[in-house]
Amino acid sequence: MMIPILNISTQALFGQLLLGLINGAFYALLSLGLAVIFGMLNIVNFAHGALYMVGAFCAYFLLNLFGLGYWWALLIAPIVVGALGVVIERTMLQRLAGLDHLYGLLLTFGLALIIQGVFQNYFGSSGLPYAIPPELQGGSNLGFMYLPNYRGWVVVFSLVVCLATWFMIERTKLGAYLRAATENPSLVRAFGINVPLMITLTYGFGVGLAALAGVLAAPINQVRPLMGADFIIVVFAVVVIGGMGSIMGSVVTGFMLGVVEGMTKVFWPEASNTVVFVIMAVVLLIKPAGLFGRTA
Amino acid sequence: MLDATSQPLLELAGLQAWYGESHILHGVDLDVRAGEVVTLLGRNGAGKTTTLKSIMGMVGKRAGSVRFEGTETIHMSSDRIARLGIALCPEERGIFSSLNVEENLMLPPQVRPGGLPLDQIFDLFPNLKERLSSQGTKLSGGEQQMLAIGRILRTGATLLMLDEPTEGLAPVIIQQIGHTIRKLKAQGFTILLVEQNFRFASTVADRYYVMEHGKIIDGFANSELAANMDKLHTYLGV
Repeated sequence: MMIPILNISTQALFGQLLLGLINGAFYALLSLGLAVIFGMLNIVNFAHGALYMVGAFCAYFLLNLFGLGYWWALLIAPIVVGALGVVIERTMLQRLAGLDHLYGLLLTFGLALIIQGVFQNYFGSSGLPYAIPPELQGGSNLGFMYLPNYRGWVVVFSLVVCLATWFMIERTKLGAYLRAATENPSLVRAFGINVPLMITLTYGFGVGLAALAGVLAAPINQVRPLMGADFIIVVFAVVVIGGMGSIMGSVVTGFMLGVVEGMTKVFWPEASNTVVFVIMAVVLLIKPAGLFGRTA
Repeated sequence: MLDATSQPLLELAGLQAWYGESHILHGVDLDVRAGEVVTLLGRNGAGKTTTLKSIMGMVGKRAGSVRFEGTETIHMSSDRIARLGIALCPEERGIFSSLNVEENLMLPPQVRPGGLPLDQIFDLFPNLKERLSSQGTKLSGGEQQMLAIGRILRTGATLLMLDEPTEGLAPVIIQQIGHTIRKLKAQGFTILLVEQNFRFASTVADRYYVMEHGKIIDGFANSELAANMDKLHTYLGV
């Protein structure tokens, strides 16, 4: 039943396409949070990968300390990490408002090292297992390929979250406040809107998305202190390609690059680790503001 | 006399303001009574825009006293000041490019009851109604000015501060803005206006203040405009 394309079976092709989509789902969720944070706070949040990891650990703790399973984790981990984000913003990031990007970058990079260091100290570097929830175990035979249910769920759920976030920002009143405050915070504040509170909550929301991605990743990648550190570099490339601060750009680019990476694995496996960075370099040369970026 | 009717709506005493290191306002004293249109005149860099921004709480550091309806606002943040019922239409208009016209118009929240209903705003500025779904910054300069004024009429703010609303606009649009200001005054709004163009200002203002080097150096009523013309030419260098 296998139809070879360039000596590659359709099974392998679709398998890699699916893997690409799953990676893309994580890229999209993480770069979306980064884009929202960058838009409002002007901060390149290098702590994003570490907070993604904290989200996964939240799921692990909820299960092993409180007996609360995956579905609870999906709800609680983003709230816990979001609250942590609120504390980080209020106690540290807020002091950097108006300073050069570099300060925010250094602060969040330092935070990432500290958070990862603490978890490594207690949990080492190896992975802790986290089981796929019983409802999503098994898989479906789609005829041309076998689809593990959990992976299908990850793709669909993250798409829904991304689209809901896009809708909230582009089509609601709250989103209009956010967009306006991104452009001219002092004027929006002079209309009577509590912009500093909005900024704090935006950071909480952005890192909450990272935690959500962490919970989604836990059953796939295991829970490891450095699970975000490896990942976040690619995510930053995605953000640069999509255009800093662009909401739809980060979602589309996330999924697109996941797929491109997956396809590269099929046709030229050696290049799969670098293809995203090559694309980044090309995009920066041709369109420095990114594919979806607005030039100021 | 401190009874309610004689108390000014807005009262500035010794207002000083800084942008970073630079000291811009050096003790501004002025007052605006309810229902008045008061115009700030002065050369570029005299501190007119900074005065409006300082009233709104939008400068880095302020000192002195700014009282609105008797409430001291000098230590308040600009969002709280706005909630008292003061609204600013900035010189650069501040139309948001990532929002369409309708979103721009509906952006400022209602801070008090009694703002103009939308249909009255569309009566004043019919152009806006036809362009609700356009990107805010795709409007012409005149339409952007109408949008910038229109959006603060909805909020219920009683003191409107307009920073050079006629700057760079065609005469026919300037007339429309003048007409709007007179209509707003008739409706009971209080207006603090910054203008370079005192021919325009003389068609709407009740009183004038003249600023120089971050201070008020003179003030007179509209009826005294003719008698003060020579002085004014010296002040403004025109």
